[in-house]
Amino acid sequence: MIASFPNAGSWRLLFLAFAVALASSLTVLFVGEVMGQVPCNLCWFQRAFMFPLAIVLAVAAFRSDAAVWMYALPLAAGGWLVAGFHTLLYAGIVPQAIEPCGPGPSCSSVGMTLGGLPLPALSLSSFTAIIACLLLARGRSAS
Amino acid sequence: MNRRALVIATVAIAAALFAAAAVYYPRSTDGIPPDKSTLIRAHSPVIGPSGAPVTIVEFLDPSCEACRAFHPLVKKIMDDFPNETRLVIRYAPLHEGSDEAVRILEAARLQDKFLPVLEKLFQEQPQWAIHGAPDLEKAWRFAGEAGLDLAKAREAAKSPAIAALLAQDISDMKAIDLKGTPTFFVNGKPLPSFGPQQLYDLVAAEAVAQGAKALSQ
Repeated sequence: MIASFPNAGSWRLLFLAFAVALASSLTVLFVGEVMGQVPCNLCWFQRAFMFPLAIVLAVAAFRSDAAVWMYALPLAAGGWLVAGFHTLLYAGIVPQAIEPCGPGPSCSSVGMTLGGLPLPALSLSSFTAIIACLLLARGRSAS
Repeated sequence: MNRRALVIATVAIAAALFAAAAVYYPRSTDGIPPDKSTLIRAHSPVIGPSGAPVTIVEFLDPSCEACRAFHPLVKKIMDDFPNETRLVIRYAPLHEGSDEAVRILEAARLQDKFLPVLEKLFQEQPQWAIHGAPDLEKAWRFAGEAGLDLAKAREAAKSPAIAALLAQDISDMKAIDLKGTPTFFVNGKPLPSFGPQQLYDLVAAEAVAQGAKALSQ
C-alpha cells in the first residue's frame, strides 16, 4: 500500500518539485538539441541526475507516493553536488586545469548562459528547489 | 482537484510547449561560409585536376575514425566526377600524435607518395592511432611499407616548412571554429548536415551549377 499524502499541501510541494524537474529537463534539451549548444562534461553529469528526477517525481505525483523522497532526494543531492562544483568552476573560484583544444566545449566557457543567466547557476537553483520541496513535503506529511 | 489529471496535463502541456518552441525557434542558417582564404592555402595538398570547377575542402585528421570511414566515399565522388572536382586537404590534428602523422603525410608528399601513405595510414589506423596511446613508430613503419623512403622522410618531417604549414592549418581550423573532423566545404559552402550522401549531393549540385555557368558564358 502506498503511503499517500495526508494533506494537499505536501502533495503540492511534490508537484512543484516535479514541475521544476520537468521544466529543467526540457530546458536543457532545448538548449542542447534546438539551440545547438553542445553539453560539456559536467553538464552531462547533471543531466544524468535531472532526467530521472523528472520521471520519478512524475510517477510519484501521479500515485501520490509520499515515500518518493527516499528515491528522489539522493538523485537531487547528486545533481546538486555536481551543479555546485560546476558553478564554482564557472565563477572561477575553483581553478580549471588547462586542457588542449579539441572537440567538446569547455565547462567554463562564457557562452554558457540562458537569458543572461549562467546555466550552472540555473542548474544549481533547480536542484536546490527540488531538494527544498522534497524536504518540506516530507516534513509536512510526517507531522 | 484530480491529482492524476493534473500530472498528465502538465506533462502534455510541457511537451506541447517544447515542440512548439522547437519548431518556431529561429535557426541560424548554418553559419556564414568562411572566408575563402582560410579554406584554401597555397601549401595544401590538392588531389585531382587543379582547374576543376568544384573544389572540395576536407579538414581531416589522420587519427580520426570518421575520416577513415569517409575516405572511400570521397574517392568515389572523385571517381564519379573525375573532371569536375578537386580535393584540397587541410589538416585538423585534434588527437594526440596527429601532428606527427601529418608530418609523415607531408614528408610523403615531398616524395610523391602522399595518397598511398594516406591510404595506408587510414587502413592501418586501428593499429597505430590508439586514442590516448598513439604509436607513431608503427605509423612510420606503415608509411615505409607504402613505399616511403623513411630515412629521407624522417629528416624532411623536421623541416620548418612543414611546421609552418601545420601552424597555419591549425590557426585556420580555429578561425572557422571547426567542430570536428571530417569537415567539408564544397566551393566554400558547408554541408547542410553531416553525412556522405549530403556531401555527394552538394558536389553533384555544384558540378551542375558550374557546368551551366560555363555553358552560358
